[in-house]
Amino acid sequence: MEDTLIEEAVIALLRRAVTTLPGDVLAALEASLLIERDPAAKRELGRIIENVQEAGACTLPMCQDTGLPVFFARMGLTVPGFEEAVARGVRRATEEVPLRKNVVHPLTRQNTGDNTGKGMPYVYYTCESSAHIELTAMPTGGGSENMSALAMLNPSGGLPASKGCVLDTVVRAGGKPCPPVIVGVGIGGTSDECMALAKKALLRRVGSRNPDPAAARLEMELMYAINRTGIGPMGLGGDTTALAVHVEYVYCHTASLPVAVNFQCYAARRATARIYKDGSIELGGE
Amino acid sequence: MEYSLSTPLSKETTESLRVGDVVFISGVVITARDKAHVRMVEYFREHKELPFKLEGAVIFHGAPIVKKENGEWKIVAIGPTTSARMDDLEPAVIEHGAAAIVGKGGMGRGVLAALRDHGAVYLSMTGGTAVLGARMVKKVVSLIWEDLGMSEAVWALEVENFGPVTVTMDSHMGDLYEDVRRRVSENIKGLRI
Repeated sequence: MEDTLIEEAVIALLRRAVTTLPGDVLAALEASLLIERDPAAKRELGRIIENVQEAGACTLPMCQDTGLPVFFARMGLTVPGFEEAVARGVRRATEEVPLRKNVVHPLTRQNTGDNTGKGMPYVYYTCESSAHIELTAMPTGGGSENMSALAMLNPSGGLPASKGCVLDTVVRAGGKPCPPVIVGVGIGGTSDECMALAKKALLRRVGSRNPDPAAARLEMELMYAINRTGIGPMGLGGDTTALAVHVEYVYCHTASLPVAVNFQCYAARRATARIYKDGSIELGGE
Repeated sequence: MEYSLSTPLSKETTESLRVGDVVFISGVVITARDKAHVRMVEYFREHKELPFKLEGAVIFHGAPIVKKENGEWKIVAIGPTTSARMDDLEPAVIEHGAAAIVGKGGMGRGVLAALRDHGAVYLSMTGGTAVLGARMVKKVVSLIWEDLGMSEAVWALEVENFGPVTVTMDSHMGDLYEDVRRRVSENIKGLRI
């Protein structure tokens, strides 16, 4: 497979992601406008929906923070030079879409000017048995990422402590992660694995439930509680604080109870493509 | 109440605004975020004159996506960033004349006191609404401190009916975010599960 194909796919994915909100997210925003009771919150939601629709219609970035380049790759094929091809795609997309130049050196704060650098783009890999690569772009904005939290709880606190931790994190974040948010929750694993679970939880479609009944119940309970805090759209008060809560878990050490929270602002930008051996690219209709 | 205001803003105007009022701004807004705030404060400390006028100015916590077309800067997208990051630096900026701060998420107690002391306001713009934001920019007046990088430089932007932005912190110690926080802490008492 030509690695230029990967480069082209990356540009198409980033353009799609930053300009077109997935249908499930837009539907959730529209539904929330119908049930929201607070007039100021209704105005905020109205502006949000208007902006998203205009961005899609004009192929313009819906938010000026086009995020950090984060990708999820399910590798059914191996492509030599894959990661470098993704980086080249990011550089070209930065000029062609265009994207804001967000990537800086963490010590000197020097901006690289092309949204790449050591460890950027960031690609999560999984191997799978298929005849294609499934690549998802999920650009991560700074405002919501800054509200991330990891707690290594005492296992004796159990589920109530886990719920309390998520709720406290949402309350502390207030309006900063641009609510209505999607709340990604990771439970279990090691500290790093837990944080990654919270991030991966944001990949799920809004409206989906964890197939495990206990995790699904936790999602519903958290969603109920979060939307009764009164934080509201942009933290100005109202009924609509979360569009969804997605919980993912993995087994953990008997002495540990890691709980991680990762926020996705309402501009839940993601786009997926399948790249086939014959050179065809199938851009998903998210 | 809804108001249409022109820059520079007079103290009389900003003092008359109350939490909950909705504002549209025409004139010039000046973008400044983390690095520009650090530099402004350095200038104040060294008694150096800023390359832009702060008296009655509207400071916008935001950084645009830009492109150059026929030698001229064009704003592709612009919206607010999280204001709280500028909490420690903003009181000095207000003290030196900024009349209104536009951002998202609200600011701390120190900023609220500075708004009271100098008759200024904090205005909230809906986060992420960058296409609507770009549409309200008529032209780029100037690009200042370009060395800070494109996402941190200061842009003076001519705007028309820039809004709606909501007064969320006023010069009378009104703070909508604090009101919401108080209500939220009451609400969550019954939500412990």
